[in-house]
Amino acid sequence: MPKDGGIGARTKRREDVRFLTGKGRYTDDINIRGQLHAHFIRSQVAHGRIRKIDTRDAEAMPGVVKVFTSADFAGAGGLPCGWQVTSRDGKPMLEPKHPVLAEGKVRHVGDPIAVVVAETLDQARDAAEAVVIDIEELPAVIDMKAAVQGGPLVHDEIGSNLCYDWGFVEENKAAVDEAFARAAHVTTLELVNNRLIANPMEPRVAVGDYEDHSGMHTLYTTSQNPHVIRLLMGAFVLSIPEHKLRVVAPDVGGGFGSKIYHYAEEAFVTKAAQVLKRPVKWTASRSEAFISDAQGRDHITRIELALDADHNFTALRCETYANMGAYLSTFAPCIPTWLHGTLLAGNYRTPLIYTNVKAVFTNTVPVDAYRGAGRPEATFQLERVIDKAARELGVSPVELRRKNFIKPDQFPYQTPVAVVYDTGNYHATLDKLLELSDYKGFEARAAESKKRGKLRGFGLAHYIEACGIAPSNLVGQLGARAGLYESATVRVNATGSITVFTGSHSHGQGHETTFAQVISEMIGIDASQVEIVHGDTSNTPMGMGTYGSRSLAVGGSAMVKATNKIINKAKKIAAHLMEASEADIELKDGKFTVAGTDKEKSWVDITLAAYVPHNYPLEDMEPGLEETAFYDPSNFTYPAGAYGCEVEVDPETGKVEIVAFTAADDFGNVVNPMIVEGQVHGGLAQGIGQAMLENCVYDENGQLLSGSFMDYAMPRADDLPFYRVDHSCATPCTHNPLGVKGCGEAGAIGSPPAVVNAVIDALHRGGFTHVTHIDMPVSPARVWQAIHG
Amino acid sequence: MTKVSMTVNGKAVSGEVEGRTLLSSFLREGLGLTGTHVGCDTSQCGACVVHVNGKAMKSCTVFAQDVAGAEICTIEGMANPDGSLSVIQQAFQDHHGLQCGFCTPGMVMSAAALLAENPRPTEAEVRHYLEGNLCRCTGYHNIIKAVLAASGQDVTKIAAE
Repeated sequence: MPKDGGIGARTKRREDVRFLTGKGRYTDDINIRGQLHAHFIRSQVAHGRIRKIDTRDAEAMPGVVKVFTSADFAGAGGLPCGWQVTSRDGKPMLEPKHPVLAEGKVRHVGDPIAVVVAETLDQARDAAEAVVIDIEELPAVIDMKAAVQGGPLVHDEIGSNLCYDWGFVEENKAAVDEAFARAAHVTTLELVNNRLIANPMEPRVAVGDYEDHSGMHTLYTTSQNPHVIRLLMGAFVLSIPEHKLRVVAPDVGGGFGSKIYHYAEEAFVTKAAQVLKRPVKWTASRSEAFISDAQGRDHITRIELALDADHNFTALRCETYANMGAYLSTFAPCIPTWLHGTLLAGNYRTPLIYTNVKAVFTNTVPVDAYRGAGRPEATFQLERVIDKAARELGVSPVELRRKNFIKPDQFPYQTPVAVVYDTGNYHATLDKLLELSDYKGFEARAAESKKRGKLRGFGLAHYIEACGIAPSNLVGQLGARAGLYESATVRVNATGSITVFTGSHSHGQGHETTFAQVISEMIGIDASQVEIVHGDTSNTPMGMGTYGSRSLAVGGSAMVKATNKIINKAKKIAAHLMEASEADIELKDGKFTVAGTDKEKSWVDITLAAYVPHNYPLEDMEPGLEETAFYDPSNFTYPAGAYGCEVEVDPETGKVEIVAFTAADDFGNVVNPMIVEGQVHGGLAQGIGQAMLENCVYDENGQLLSGSFMDYAMPRADDLPFYRVDHSCATPCTHNPLGVKGCGEAGAIGSPPAVVNAVIDALHRGGFTHVTHIDMPVSPARVWQAIHG
Repeated sequence: MTKVSMTVNGKAVSGEVEGRTLLSSFLREGLGLTGTHVGCDTSQCGACVVHVNGKAMKSCTVFAQDVAGAEICTIEGMANPDGSLSVIQQAFQDHHGLQCGFCTPGMVMSAAALLAENPRPTEAEVRHYLEGNLCRCTGYHNIIKAVLAASGQDVTKIAAE
């Protein structure tokens, strides 16, 4: 039984009270005296040449202070890209400039052209109608294959729409081809990983403030990583040194990746506040979010699996076109490459793997990481092609997987795609899944469904993800232009309470609760004595923020490291006070004792001594009790699991209903099971949303057809079931101090193939054996068409 | 500009508004009640739900001047008089029915309206009633559970506590 408020406890979230009473402080809740309001004028065409912008009439309108265009950003840099991918021919990717405001051309619907700044938002909007923008519309390129086969150039100056052509592992290509030539069976599948829009419920907001006398800039922004924004915007766009730039990301209403990136609006309000000497605020409408937040996924893939006569996987080969959109978003290039190609071994012993990824510019909104980021794309194609292979070979999809799993005694396991899995037990999660989902009872349930005219299907998917990104020196070799450590400062106050300043950022994950649980467990004080501070570059150490399920694995490890330094120093102080050897001091339940004696000092005795050092070894130690640590992981973490989806398909209408969804995850150790389960629920909803409902669609002219919540089908309460989730098959991570792996993205990674596999299974059971694949979302229309195909 | 007066969370308030000022803007900018959130511009997400004369309403869909004289209740008015969480708010915390908190005010206001109309709803009724409130974090599982629990029903048998 875990200690109340300690590691493993289902501690209720402390942050809930402010959110439940309307006291949260989100960026749009910040209003600074004298602030102006910015309204962005965005391109209504996907591709065009700007002939003229006339702002004179608008600038004469009531309340208007200034209308900005790219001319006002002549000295600024472009929005930087944080990852460089190298093509098969050894050349670096093509990296066109991404200006703050469009320069000469517009390249997607929503590309910002001009900004009206006025006393009120309504005045800014009114004046925007009076800005005259003359654009010569150019043919747009939306289809990726057309884009690389002589389509119109998105960026004339780089001469190609092919950003990069990446091969991995290039040295294995010939051996992979040879294995395919020798294979007893080859299964091929062509599929689309549908484009998605993250849609956190809080739209993006940015407020810029500037202090003329000190030259200090402050940006309040809806970011998952304020330090990263400070570095990118300060160093590359606006040339503001870090000590004159504070970035604050207060309560943030969800991110799912879309709030990682440095966006034009952040640079705009920061610069405009300096130019106008007044605070400037911008709040995205949801309509703006649809055409300005980085979007996700959008891969077209051909995957082939080679098997020998005994059904062992012998090789895997795939070719993917990955949409970059019109510009490179901050981490876009690494998503289809290093977060995708390195995961293609999945849970299996496939010895030879080759993937080719062509990243393509199109006249669409930029694409970047969205919950899972590359790993859902890898998992989807792998788990779909395995299911198809099982069907072609007439074997159970469950047994085909089990036969090819990496075995529990094979860890650490070197995959053929660079990464080394430290731990895992895929057989255990599969067995747990089959038990929890009552797989044995499936045939009886299917027979019952059949009586009602419904087709029941069971879909299985296994996933592996690489989280807690990752050793800085490794990612540097792979093209990252940033380190990927995390930081924490643990400040013990004189009377014993603790304030932790973390570089991680919470935008729904509950760090204020879980991080305090870890400290409470380590020191033995009540969790209520621990405060977690995050989101402000002025008081937290340089940290890389929260994405890729890294907060506890990397940020938590930094906090543990700093806390261990605190404990070591506190023991020295205790040894001095109790005139004992430091080696004999024990810390338990917030008390320091000397082994073998009844001597005892409380935690507060020590903290007071540290700050009121009257009786203190001043000659050996500094007073005070505050430590900072940076933690750079030695490897990724590898959460894995087995997901089972049970559907009923109505063959008359093609409607699919999810009747049960079960997830058996291995997240290693768990600090707060309640929060972990909540993370899985949310991930499942997004993955099921991708599989069943969501689709970002552009027409051939580049107009976004799914540009509102009335057109883009977000999962709603009545679209989803209760989920069965389990995380009991834990193999703790071997290389971080908490043994944790990360749980934020798993649900979104494992669920899409489980859903589609279930639908295909249902159709086959209904005799529609000609249906081998349906692209997501598996809408009633698509299922009906497939049945009647 | 027109002067409007109404009662918000039991207090008489008034302010100058334009004809186009939405109730959500009047609450947030006019009165500083930033608990009411705006998550879309098509009346789909429900983050802005408040009670107008006891009925749940999307405050982004109604002009401030059209509810002059009305009794408005927002998330800031939902706690017990002593400041402790109300039964519904407490159920959301107890069952982890919120993560980022952005949809939460609208969810709580909608859930309260549901339970006022239907004190013991079924799971299907809760899901159907909350169809106009989007949440991107929780997958709805714990929200549904919290609302069922707030209605006094036993939720211990629901999969995956």
